[in-house]
Parts: sequence; C-alpha cells; structure tokens
Amino acid sequence: MLTLRHLSKSYVPGKPVLQDIDLDIAAEGLTAIIGPSGTGKSTLIRCINRLVEPSAGAILFEGTDLARLSGRALRHARRHIGMVFQEYNLVERLTVMENLLCGRLGYVGAWKAWRRKFPPEDIRRALDLLDVVGLAGFAHRRADALSGGQRQRVGIARAVMQEPHLLLADEPTSSLDPKTSVEIMQLLADVARSRSIPVVINMHDVGLATRFADRIVGMSGGRVVYDGPPAGLGDAILKQIYGGEDWLQ
Amino acid sequence: MTDAVPTSPADPFPKTLWPRIAAFALLAYVIYACAQLDISFARVETGLENASRFFSRLFPPNFARWELLVKGLLESLQIAVLATTLGIALALPVGLAGARNLMPAWVSWPARALIVVARSLHPVIVAILFVKAVGFGALAGVLALTVASIGFIGKLFTEAIEEISPKQVEAVRATGAPFASVLAFGVMPQVFSRFIGFATYQLDSNLRNSTMVGIVGAGGIGGTLFAAFQRFDYDFVCAILIAIISLIMLGELFATAVRAIFIDGASLADLFRRRGASHRDRLVEDD
Amino acid sequence: MSPVATLPAQERVWQRFTPAQRIARFTVYFVIVAAIVAAAQTIEVIPEFLADAPEQVGDLLTRMWPIDWPAYRGDVHDALIETIHIASLGTLLALVLALPVGVLAAHNLVPYTPVNLLAKLVLVSSRSVNSLVWALLFVGIFGPGALAGTLAIAFRSIGFVGKLCGEALEEAHQGPIEALAATGAPWRSILTFGYWPQVKPAFWSIALFRFDINVRESAVLGLVGAGGIGMALDSALNLFQWGRVALILLAILIVVIVTEIIVTQIRKRML
Repeated sequence: MLTLRHLSKSYVPGKPVLQDIDLDIAAEGLTAIIGPSGTGKSTLIRCINRLVEPSAGAILFEGTDLARLSGRALRHARRHIGMVFQEYNLVERLTVMENLLCGRLGYVGAWKAWRRKFPPEDIRRALDLLDVVGLAGFAHRRADALSGGQRQRVGIARAVMQEPHLLLADEPTSSLDPKTSVEIMQLLADVARSRSIPVVINMHDVGLATRFADRIVGMSGGRVVYDGPPAGLGDAILKQIYGGEDWLQ
Repeated sequence: MTDAVPTSPADPFPKTLWPRIAAFALLAYVIYACAQLDISFARVETGLENASRFFSRLFPPNFARWELLVKGLLESLQIAVLATTLGIALALPVGLAGARNLMPAWVSWPARALIVVARSLHPVIVAILFVKAVGFGALAGVLALTVASIGFIGKLFTEAIEEISPKQVEAVRATGAPFASVLAFGVMPQVFSRFIGFATYQLDSNLRNSTMVGIVGAGGIGGTLFAAFQRFDYDFVCAILIAIISLIMLGELFATAVRAIFIDGASLADLFRRRGASHRDRLVEDD
Repeated sequence: MSPVATLPAQERVWQRFTPAQRIARFTVYFVIVAAIVAAAQTIEVIPEFLADAPEQVGDLLTRMWPIDWPAYRGDVHDALIETIHIASLGTLLALVLALPVGVLAAHNLVPYTPVNLLAKLVLVSSRSVNSLVWALLFVGIFGPGALAGTLAIAFRSIGFVGKLCGEALEEAHQGPIEALAATGAPWRSILTFGYWPQVKPAFWSIALFRFDINVRESAVLGLVGAGGIGMALDSALNLFQWGRVALILLAILIVVIVTEIIVTQIRKRML
C-alpha cells in the first residue's frame, strides 16, 4: 500500500532530519511512529503527502511514486490520503458542516464548491459521519466555538470524508488532555478499523501508542531503530529511542 | 529560605528616568510650538468672546432653504455610494497584488507603492486636481474619493491576506483541493469578515469626506456649506451641520447592520431586537 | 440524541443560511444595488468636460513641470514646519480632552446610561464634522491662522481617540478590576491601577495613529485659512503658479509618507 524507499530530508544542508528511511505500510492496521521531539517523525508524516518536500527517496503509494508527482496529479493522489493535524487546522470561521465538506473539495468543481452546491450523497455522508464521531447536531456550529476534543473529531471526520485509502495523523492528541486523548485515539482506531483504512500516526505518548497500535515504529536521530509489535517494546529499546545521547543533538 | 537581609531596603517603586525626560521634553515642545504658532492666552481669550457671539448667531438653526439642503445631501450620498463601489472594485485586485505571501516581489511592490501614494494625498487635494481635469461637480468628487478608497481598502486588504493562518490553508491543500477551492475555503473565510468591516468603514469615511469635497467644487453639500459661511448665514450653517451629522449617523447604523448580517449572521428581526451589543470587528480602525 | 438522527434519509439536507438570514442578506444586496443604480443614473456628468479631461490633465502636467524648487526656501519650508506643529499640538490637546470623554462613554466605568449616551453623542458629532469644517468654524471664531487649525485638528480627533479608547476600556479584563474593588480601592485608584495599565499600549498606539492622520489633515486646513501649508497651496492655486503647486504637493507627499513610516515602525515595536 505505502512503501518508503531511501527517504531523506534535510532542512539545512549537512544536517539531515530523515536519514535513508525504508518503510512498508500494509493495507490494514494502525501504525504508530514514536520517538523524541526533533527526531523527524512529523517530517516523515508530512513527506508522505508532500506537505514537506523530501530531499531524496521514493514514496510509492498504490504503485505511483508520489515524490515525482506535481500539479493536478499530486492533487488527485492527495484525495486518497486523509490527514489529521495536531492543531486540528479547521477553518475557524466556517461551520462544522463546511469543514467536513472541505474533505470533498478534491472531487467537486471549484465553482460548485464556492456556491456550496455539493452532491446530496456528500451531505448525507457528512451527517452520518457526524453521528459516528459523536457530534450529531453540530453541523451548524462554527468551528471556533468548539472545544479541542470536538475540533479533533471534526478533523477526523473531514479526513474520512475524503474516503481515503490511507489516514495520516500528525500528533493528533498532543494538544488534548489525557482523557480526551484516549477518546480520540479510540475514535481513530474504530473508524479506521470499520472502514479498513490503514492509519499511520506519529505520537510522543508511548502509553497511548502501545495501547492502540498494531505496529510500532521507533525513530531516533532520523533513523528507524525499532519496527515491530508493541509487545516487543522493552525497556532497553525505549532507552535507545528516548534515553540516549543521540537525540540531544 | 534563608536569604541574607539586605543592608538597605530597596525602593519598591524606582523612579524611572525615561518617562520623566519624555514628559519634560513634551512640555518644552508644547511651549515652543505655541510660541511658533502665535498661540497665547490673550488670543484664546479674545477668541472666546467672539465665540459666544458666534454661537448666538448659530442658533436657532434655520431650515428655511431645506430644498437646497436636501439636494446637497443627496449629492453627497451619491458621491459616497459610487466612490465606495468603484473603490472596492479597484482595491480588491490591487490589494491582492500587494500581498507578499501570495505574489512575487515585482508584482507586490508596485501595487504597494500605488496604495501608499493613494493614501498619502488628502482627498481634498486629489479633488482639486480632478476638478481641474473633469470640471466642477460630483464626478470630480467621486473620482477623488475613489482614489482615497483604493488607498485605504487596498492597504487593509493586503494586510488581511498577509495575516492569514497558513495552517488552515495547509489542511485544505492536503485534501487535494484545486487552487481556486483552496482560496475559497482556506483564504476567503479568514479575510471575509475583515473585508466587510473595512468596506463598511470606508462607506462611512466616504460619506464624511463627501460632505467636504464640495468646498473645492467637487460636489455635495460642502459647497452649500462653504457658500453659507461666506455669506455669514450662520443659522443655515447650523442647519447644514445638523443635517450632516444625522446623515453620518444613519450611515453608521447601516454599516452596523451590514456587519451584523454578514459577520454575525443576524436576521432582520435580530437587528431590531438587538440594541447596542453588536459585534465589533476590532481589526478595523477608525479614520 | 438530536432529532436529526431519526429523520429518514431524504430529509437530511443542509442549508448554509436559514431563511431569515437569507432575507436579511438579500435585503442588503438589494439596498446596495438600488443605491448604486440610483446614484449612477443621477450623477451629473458633463460630457464636454469629460471629453476634455485628457487634454486638461496633459495641460496640468506640462504646467507643473519644471517644479519650482527655489520656492521651497521661502515660505514653503516654514509653512511645512507650521503644519507639523499644528498636527502635534492638535493631537496632544485632543488626547487631553478625549480621555475624560472616553471614560464617561464607557459603560463599565460610568454605569449611568444618560451620561454614556451624552458622551457618545459628543464623540459622534466630533467625528462626523470634518476637520475642514471644524477649521471653517474656528476661523470664524478665532480668525485665520494656526490657532484655528490646531483647534480644528483637536476637536476632530476627540471623537476618534475617544471612541477607540472607550472601546479599549470596555474590553479591559475585569479580573484586575474586581481584585482592586475587593480591596476597597476608590474609583480613581481603580482607574489608575486597574484600567490604565491595560489601556496604555492601545492608547499610545491610537495616539500615534491619529497623529499620522492629523499630519495629512493639517496640510489642507490652510485652504480655508487655518494655517499651515494649505495656505501656501491656496495662494499658489489662486495665482496659477503650477510649478509651485507641484512643489508643495511633492513636499506634502514626502512629509506624509515619512511620518507614516516612522509611526508604523514605532507602533510595531510597541505591540
């Protein structure tokens, strides 16, 4: 489904943030990428949908190399990848419904979208999704009137509206309190499982990661140092990921 | 916590030097400038004597020539409406061109320069020039205030675009939306309410200015006012002033209503129910 | 849960605006379009003048060149300085007068509505009358000269400063105010220690902004005799000395732009 080959990224020449990453994501399951701050987790996630430009490497998604796409082809590919952001990134002044419909912008012509003439199935899908994420009746609320947890639910719903083949989440719970974090992770896991969408989440809470993920990828110093089930995440490995001198650079 | 007791108690309110120097400098400047401008208490005193006589001639206001008054007011309103419309229409592309986060430098700098010049010349001066070019009358006034509007709206529009949150735009891009939709859903919602704010503000400002460009012959009630002044018809002057203030207050009411309807989503019934506690878009500053 | 969940599938529609909102929006559109059409139809355009315009503009530009540089040494320079003095003194006077009025207009400081309304009326009237019209009034009272100009600037600015300061006061955080009131502080102390520190940055920002505008306004007051460079402009226009007119316009432009740059930089550092 998604294969990363020799993916590298340097923001400043000579100081690579991602070093030669090779990763295979299967068509099902929840993969959590963990590691200390600054180790390139966020960069990795954002390289996948080209929000950040990789310096080198291939991103094979359903057979196409995303790193080589541009313009319309890239947009078409992005339609199939949904993204959930740490700070929700909702359009604050739009209503919940309009934010959800943003997920269909890749499929609806610009003129129709401007006039808010979306196909009725999209409206129905949006209302159903609102039920699923527990926000029934919120369609007309403005996004900036919601709490953090509610906003992230809208963010998840927006991503699922795209009917994506892959879900990316960049620290989706880092701005939320512990209880809400668990609820959001549960929601993500349930939604992904029920629709058979693979999820790649980058997070720094190891506890949440081991609880919800099927597979853990541990990063340190821009490289993958662990790739396996949560059960294998012993103390030694954790120390290697978080405790060593490496990540202090 | 065992801190050593200080040998001398520190002054909890140290007298800072800079504000005092500044205050003193300001005072010195005021005295100097007053001398330069020949402002003295003696002059103010004689003036105040004049003032009481002057005010007695202002009241009661004389509305006898109300037809002339209404004609002038309508012309001023006309100037304001057309100048705002033209001004907005022209300011939008110019303002967009001036946004450094969207446009390359060779586009944004000329646009910004144009906006700066349009703002720096006082509308009355621009009106004088247009009167020379297109003759006396309301057209000169419309053109002059259009230039002023472009300067104001253009600048604020550019600022609004440059201040948008890139995160919201990023999220819309990540869904695979075409550029036009990214603008419509990511950029527009962020600038729209500010735009309404300064468009209504500019209508107000143009209404105020339109009552004055007549003084140099560019149409509107300003001409009537100036003529009345020169003929010492001070009671008519008072009537005109009252009319001007009323017109502007009506304009402000309209502007508040438009802001409530488009920014806060009010309905007509809401407008009548809601008195006073209207949402102010604090991003617009008065003129 | 909500009633929407129990509706049959066909009923699940979404409308961006409620009918009431749509009526309101449509009314505004209608009023605006009607106003524009009415205005455009009745505006007095004399076709001969309009056709003449390019020629007139060309004529104007040729007469303005060469710019009469030597004239600067004479009264133009002095008049410019006088203009800046008018703007400065006028702004300072306005600050002194506007603060009490702004305080009286703020409901959370002075909870007597009639007083608030009266203060707001004062502020609205001050804003509605143009500085040029104020100048006319004061020239009538005090005679021509810079005194009339200074007062005109001051009285026009009271409304601006007062309104914005009033808004800043109304939006001040009530937390510190409550704390002070709880200690039994008198009203004046609450003003000085509770409101003033919160309002101070906004106040100076507003003052600087108004000064910037006032420099622009002061330049034209002379057209009605209230001092400053406007008087030089007026005489040059009356004598058709276009070279001099061009010089004066250029001088005004430069002073206004320089002032705006300085003020913007200071305000940026203050925020």
